[in-house]
Amino acid sequence: MFDNLSEKLQRVFKNLRGEGKLTAANMEAALREIRMALLEADVNFKVVKQLIENIREKAMGEEVLTALSPSEQVVKIVHEEMIKILGSHESRLRFANDPPSVFLIVGLQGSGKTTSAGKLARWLSRNGHRPMLVSVDVYRPAAREQLKVIARESGQTIYEGAPGEKQPLELARAARMESVQTGRDVLLVDTAGRLHIDDDLMTELQQLKEQLNPVEILFVADAMTGQDAVKSAGEFHRRLGITGVILTKMDGDARGGAALSIRHVTGQPLKFVGVGEKPDALEPFHPDRAASRILGMGDILSLIEKAGQELDQKKAVEMQRKLIENDFTLEDFRDQMRQVRKLGSLGSLLDMMPKVGMLKDLKNVKVDEGEIGRVVAIIDSMTPRERDNHMIINGSRRRRIARGSGTTVQEVNQLLKQYATARKMMKSLSGGFLGRKMGKMKMPPGFPFGDMLGR
Amino acid sequence: MIQTLFGAAGPEPSLLEKLKSGVQKTRAGLVSALEDAIQGKKEIDADLLDELEFTLLSADIGVRTTNEILERIRQRVARHQLDDAAELRGLIRERLLEILQASERAPVRVEEPPAVVLVVGVNGSGKTTTIGKLAQRFRNEGRSTLLCAADTFRAAAIEQLEIWGERTGTPVIRQGPGSDPSAVLFDALQAARARRVDCVIVDTAGRLQTKENLMAELQKMSRTAAKAIPGAPHEVLLVLDATTGQNGLEQARKFTESSRVTGIVLAKLDGTAKGGIVVAIARELDLPIRYVGVGEKADDLLPFDAGKFIESLFEK
Repeated sequence: MFDNLSEKLQRVFKNLRGEGKLTAANMEAALREIRMALLEADVNFKVVKQLIENIREKAMGEEVLTALSPSEQVVKIVHEEMIKILGSHESRLRFANDPPSVFLIVGLQGSGKTTSAGKLARWLSRNGHRPMLVSVDVYRPAAREQLKVIARESGQTIYEGAPGEKQPLELARAARMESVQTGRDVLLVDTAGRLHIDDDLMTELQQLKEQLNPVEILFVADAMTGQDAVKSAGEFHRRLGITGVILTKMDGDARGGAALSIRHVTGQPLKFVGVGEKPDALEPFHPDRAASRILGMGDILSLIEKAGQELDQKKAVEMQRKLIENDFTLEDFRDQMRQVRKLGSLGSLLDMMPKVGMLKDLKNVKVDEGEIGRVVAIIDSMTPRERDNHMIINGSRRRRIARGSGTTVQEVNQLLKQYATARKMMKSLSGGFLGRKMGKMKMPPGFPFGDMLGR
Repeated sequence: MIQTLFGAAGPEPSLLEKLKSGVQKTRAGLVSALEDAIQGKKEIDADLLDELEFTLLSADIGVRTTNEILERIRQRVARHQLDDAAELRGLIRERLLEILQASERAPVRVEEPPAVVLVVGVNGSGKTTTIGKLAQRFRNEGRSTLLCAADTFRAAAIEQLEIWGERTGTPVIRQGPGSDPSAVLFDALQAARARRVDCVIVDTAGRLQTKENLMAELQKMSRTAAKAIPGAPHEVLLVLDATTGQNGLEQARKFTESSRVTGIVLAKLDGTAKGGIVVAIARELDLPIRYVGVGEKADDLLPFDAGKFIESLFEK
């Protein structure tokens, strides 16, 4: 649905090539595109207005005159201005000198407070803390039950309190005492969802704040929030003085422009983003990546990071050796597929790729999530000998493999063809390019990496 | 006149009043802001158009719909059909009504109960609460209703629905957490037949529209429903959070593709001044809005009627 901003800008500046200079006139069209892109990403109107002013000012300055490509330069300015608002580095949680540190988790209904509380507890315990959860949501049906289940499933400690307790303040007080007695260093207080205009409930939060003296008041916001983000976040901040923001549901396709709006209106940093339904799906917030996402420029850094976390390093080294020695069998092919699978769905991987330049057709790619599964099934249905040497797979073997994997002979053929192509490609890479280039390189005596290059 | 699954319903005397108090914020954010912009102006100039654009965009009406409305105004001004700023309010009111009315569509008439209503949406949009209120509404209309707890994924979702069941005196068909939603649905439909109830409301787990496997699960549930009761699900309601921005469009689009959404429920409308997303959805996706949620109480779910909605926004 959304066109990438840099593509749009490229179109705007197409006639400009060679001039290499931005004038007031041709900047107007570009600024209009930028404005649209930001609005469609749900950045608040007022924030957009100010951003545009800043961008205009900067772009008109001399910095742009030396630009190689005007569109690149403008995108860069937009990106920089956004990061200026979002904060230039990750923001850490604060802890009290005198434990327990109380974190109050607040927000509108359905923004994801309870789920985030559970994820945050998990994140804290993985990072050397001993958190305790408590739900003081006495209003929503089964809200306390929900946190209990989440705590149980993710192995976190929770203060349950009396089932019929109707007083949030009482629950919080008891939980705090319990956490002191059991030596917990963080108490996560999950509060009921409320509208920022609900005076009674906002007063209740103020009372909770007074009683608990929290070090962090985390405002949980849905990444899909529209223009209203400014109002609700602003009001929560005015009444409570929030200290940070958790942006949830970033695994969807919302651009998350609300991040800019909230940061702009509260001045408080975004600390975490929720990126999935699993208990571990909570990540520290990275301003630069968020800016790229709002602009639709992909999130290649997250992809690389993810690959680093999930891929088996040993296997990767082994694979490299096999490639160079041209020893790449169907079994390795299958391993590789499985590794890719670990990174998540193909669709979500594609979403992280920047869709510009060479890769710009990617956005039209329809991913068949079952494809990898079928490939693995086909290879699973081969005998070890067949996997070792694909040349022996004749017609009758192909029929057997197809039957065994629940696919068709055509699909088996296709896979074998893909494999053969991949092998050939690797051969030319390793035998040709890599092999020769590296062979010719003269390493100085004692060069520490000489051995690693396979000689 | 409001159409329901069981034919036309009688007028609700207090509907307009309730709507008015529910859309208070949107009225302030949209209509009052429009009036402020127009007030005291005589001519329609670039500044005024800028103001209008600002107001429409900040009500989440969306870039496209806003552009379209402004383009109309510009054209009329150019043709000298419009030159008095005071006429703008009426013009915008008329256009918004047109857009909302164009997407109005009565639900299919269910001749042979039970009617099956599948409720879908992203996480935290307000599905379970909407279902509780819907059960109350059906009960008030004298329909016997059964709730089906097919959100077997989220922690304590089943308990939450059961509490709503107790509050509204509606039986709930459930299985354990983690069981197959289609199996729960099948059970519920069998029970509905056996007990001869009028209506089954099915709660589903929240899912982001980008999760293809979860969207496929919804398709499976629709197929299961159709197998148990021909023509089911008769209504697939997508619950949208009124504070959602332009992503609401994407949600509506993807849910419509995969599970044949027949109508929208706009939840949490009382909390936002930005209910404009209804206009964007009506215009771009041609989906009718069935209900709006305007509060936390069981009877705070109101049937949607384009005329009444616009009236409640524009009339004092």
